[in-house]
Amino acid sequence: MLPRLVKRKEPSQAMVYLTPVIALVLTLISGVLMFIMLGVPVGEALYAFFIEPLTTEYGLAELGVKATPLVLIGVALSLGFKANVWNIGAEGQLTFGAIAGGGVALLLYDVDSAIVLPLMIIAGIAGGMFWGAIPALLRTRFNSSEILTSLMLTYVATLFLSYLVHGPWRDPDGFNFPESRLFSDAATLPIIWEDTRLHVGAAMAVLVSVVAWVFLTRTLFGFQLKVIGSAPAAGRYTGFSEKRTIWLSLLIGGAAAGLAGTIEVSGPIGQLLPNISPGYGFTAIIVAFLGRLHPIGVLFAGLLMALSYLGGETAQITLNLPLAVTGVFQGMLLFFLLATDVLIIYRLQWPDSKGTRT
Amino acid sequence: MSTEVLVLTLLTIITAATPLLFAALGELITEKSGVLNLGVEGMILVGAVGSFGMVQYSGSAFLAIIVGMICSMLLALIFAFITLTLQATQVATGLALTIFGIGISALLGQDLVGVAYDGLPKVVIPMLSEIPIMGDLLFKHDALVYLSFAMVSAVSWFLYKSRAGLILRAVGDSHDAAHAIGYPVIRIRYMATLFGGAMSGIAGAYLSLAYSPMWVEGMSAGRGWIALALVVFATWRPMRALFGAYLFGGITILQLHGQAIGLSIPSQFMSMLPYVATIVVLVVISKDRNRIKLNAPACIGKPFRPTA
Repeated sequence: MLPRLVKRKEPSQAMVYLTPVIALVLTLISGVLMFIMLGVPVGEALYAFFIEPLTTEYGLAELGVKATPLVLIGVALSLGFKANVWNIGAEGQLTFGAIAGGGVALLLYDVDSAIVLPLMIIAGIAGGMFWGAIPALLRTRFNSSEILTSLMLTYVATLFLSYLVHGPWRDPDGFNFPESRLFSDAATLPIIWEDTRLHVGAAMAVLVSVVAWVFLTRTLFGFQLKVIGSAPAAGRYTGFSEKRTIWLSLLIGGAAAGLAGTIEVSGPIGQLLPNISPGYGFTAIIVAFLGRLHPIGVLFAGLLMALSYLGGETAQITLNLPLAVTGVFQGMLLFFLLATDVLIIYRLQWPDSKGTRT
Repeated sequence: MSTEVLVLTLLTIITAATPLLFAALGELITEKSGVLNLGVEGMILVGAVGSFGMVQYSGSAFLAIIVGMICSMLLALIFAFITLTLQATQVATGLALTIFGIGISALLGQDLVGVAYDGLPKVVIPMLSEIPIMGDLLFKHDALVYLSFAMVSAVSWFLYKSRAGLILRAVGDSHDAAHAIGYPVIRIRYMATLFGGAMSGIAGAYLSLAYSPMWVEGMSAGRGWIALALVVFATWRPMRALFGAYLFGGITILQLHGQAIGLSIPSQFMSMLPYVATIVVLVVISKDRNRIKLNAPACIGKPFRPTA
């Protein structure tokens, strides 16, 4: 017999924290089934995906490196999602931020000064904000769906980056490869864990989560953001217009994504390439939901999703599995999370043997 | 430009427009029932890989298209279950569908990369195809192109002339009223979502069997999202979706021919054209709030829970 959904008297707080765990377990079970169907040894695959990356110093550091952009963007997106502003073009804002920040690095290539990095970061944030401002303007002035415009702008930003590294910004000594010069030392993020790639950006991501947490729980704006998302009419009474929410959500999202993009190119990558992100901007959407739109939750969710990237790479090397498995895992996790979230408002009622409802 | 070149250009526009048209028509019906499925991109990719795999396996284009449809409908079914039965947010679930679809299609298609296929056979219509110019332009296509035109009329007829279409629109405009009258809102939305999946599947099949007969990871290149924008552009009307699809088909082809006719614009800027055009078109259409309000299904994206 199938269970029925019965509405709870009030939303279950316990389920808010439980459903990510349930979703994770369901994803793992489906993953096992998937590995069986692919004819991959299950034990080895799971080990390669979820354990092996965590057994080495290198792996742990890489986890931090990959979690950094996910956490930064995830935190910012959750602010917008709380207010029902769907910025799904963070990938484009990340790319444009990387173009702006990387542009400064190339411009100041010969300048060896401590000012270079701060300038890059400011430029990156501004670039991301600019790319986020376009859908905000189109939404508030022309009523155009920010979902579609921000997504279309992602393609535009990626093509623009491709143009730059194929054309004007191509490394003059790079044998015609589509890549910029390697950034100078002054334009490279300091490493905080010796002999690994873990850079100071990871610390920034943690800091941003904590700041966002304080901001959300201790300020009036945080409260307004929550109200306007759950009840727009009531939100207006708290003195906050929908327009301002849209602007703020997209600008904050753009700023964080732009920062993440600059961190990527000045940290682990060290130059501009046609492809600077394996979809961090999209995965950050999953991170935001998995982290319950809560800055600290996002921190943990970011680490978990970083593991899915890292595990994908490990499984590719050790088991010759395609990298696409990562996307499958990520998509399944979001499916299961959204599906089990029904348990926050509803509970399952199993019909008993007599067919009466308890 | 000689007529021969003109005919060739127009023919390529038709091939570029056809997948957009299928996907947009499917999503149009889905949205008319009040469901916003942002997973079109993922469904197209799964349809593309499914049909390409089947054509390699069986050699039958017909079977391949059917399999493509079924694959995409399976994805649509996941979406429908999560959003309609479990009532999760449609926007987030649609995104999950796209992420999942991109991943699973790449996974399933890993052995299909680099495999060749001749392309869908052309169905040359006797007599008519011998008319100079017009014959080449209109009567020498593969079956899916003819089908796309038939679907425009069928969807128009269904929405505005049939009783079922009236019910579908009622469900999309006021699910509470439709439910009160006794229509099975959830079941109708399931069917509309599955239809959207089937159409995306054909769009995918067209991409991998006809447009560029091969399988490449992520080969839909944002067409699913453009199809979503086309539905808004068409203000939810099938005939306008036809016009929109051909407009965008034209823009896509402009991109390819830009260099051939000697434009010195970098190729990346030409490739941006469809995406920029989508934004421009969205802005132009959406800024008239009344027009959107008049035509958009009132309940789009809103979950429905029967109260009694």
